[in-house]
Amino acid sequence: MSEPVQRILYCHCAYAQVVPKDVKEEVLRRLAASGVAFDAVADLCELSAKGDPSLARLAGEGNVKIAACYPRAVKWLFSAAGVTLPEQGVEILNMRTEPAEQVVYAILGQGFAMAAAAPKEAL
Amino acid sequence: MIAADVLRVILYEGEGSRALEDDRRYELMRGLLEKGYAVTSTRSGGQVSGVGDGRGTWVVLGQFDQQGFGGAQGAAGDLKLEVRDIDGMETPAVLAAVEAAHSAGGATKPAKWKPWFPVIDYNRCTNCMQCMSFCLFDVYGVSTEGKIKVQNQNNCKTDCPACSRVCPEVAILFPKYRFGPINGDEVSMDDVRREAMKVDISALLGGDIYAALRDRSEKAKSRFSKERDEDRALKERNRCLEKLQKGMEIPMEVLASLPSPEQIQAKAIEAKARAEAALKLAAARSGSSPEAPSPA
Ligand code: SF4
Ligand code: SF4
Repeated sequence: MSEPVQRILYCHCAYAQVVPKDVKEEVLRRLAASGVAFDAVADLCELSAKGDPSLARLAGEGNVKIAACYPRAVKWLFSAAGVTLPEQGVEILNMRTEPAEQVVYAILGQGFAMAAAAPKEAL
Repeated sequence: MIAADVLRVILYEGEGSRALEDDRRYELMRGLLEKGYAVTSTRSGGQVSGVGDGRGTWVVLGQFDQQGFGGAQGAAGDLKLEVRDIDGMETPAVLAAVEAAHSAGGATKPAKWKPWFPVIDYNRCTNCMQCMSFCLFDVYGVSTEGKIKVQNQNNCKTDCPACSRVCPEVAILFPKYRFGPINGDEVSMDDVRREAMKVDISALLGGDIYAALRDRSEKAKSRFSKERDEDRALKERNRCLEKLQKGMEIPMEVLASLPSPEQIQAKAIEAKARAEAALKLAAARSGSSPEAPSPA
């Protein structure tokens, strides 16, 4: 049986200034340049407050890397919307505390991360 | 819960379309996200979330090879699809086209509400109901199993983290708060020491919050009747509120919108009764006797 494909979910934290702007924009820019498909949401907090059914789809069956904020916050935001993030196969990257390079590297792996980095930009 | 309004855009770059420039893809995604849309970038590598129980209007954007493909529409169940050819369009024009497609589909614009509400970490919560007894705005409720839950997120007062300060278990998060562990950062042993985390309301006000507001109002009233000094009553209440504001970081706007002392007292009694009933229900379900709640 083939390995399930890894999915990526990016949160733009659009309605507050808690995630550093330069970090979230650099992560988005590199993901967009990586050639890899991914889902991006404006604000996971908002989706949670709305109990948006798309959260279940976004969490899927696991195998997802989520670029957002503190893992404890993300876990319970999904839970508040009735979606339990699987224990296995979910990796949450914290853009509030980690540099963009580290987040991108953790999501894409070295090859993709290097390819997605713009030559003119040094992080 | 607030009604869900599905706002999704698909940036299509598969068969039958030409790939976007990297910078353009980024600009489009950023612009759409800033406007509150969810965006899926479909590429040959990787997988994205499927349609699932999709509903609302989804807009598919791409640079299509076939003329006339843009403008196509389709519907499946509760899901309506709109296809737009964005070849040669500037980002602002694309954003306007997406907004037009969504409004035509009956979707409302994303609200300007900052998503500010408590989120419960059930790994830590002991179901003591102090948060429900404390909150004056009916944000908290109880599930049919007698478990605390956040039920009216949009009643929560923006930037007010006060209930997280009364939770003895550090179980209430506000993901958009500035500091840990309230923002979801890991809880350290220091945080767990209740005195360290919990604002001691007794020390702060010399009694519980409701009693303090009430007493001060009573004192103010008696002075008011003796001295007929309207300002003094107001000053008493303001001094009390200032203490709350400093000690619990409650924004002034929230304090200004607090109900009257009489309403506060009624709400406190009601919340306490609800909390006690919920604790009894939870205890009956688990077959143990409830711990006496100690509302803040
Ligand atoms: S989940 Fe975290 S990153 Fe996303 S909107 Fe909420 S606070 Fe911001
Ligand atoms: S105060 Fe804290 S521990 Fe008690 S019910 Fe509320 S969230 Fe749970």
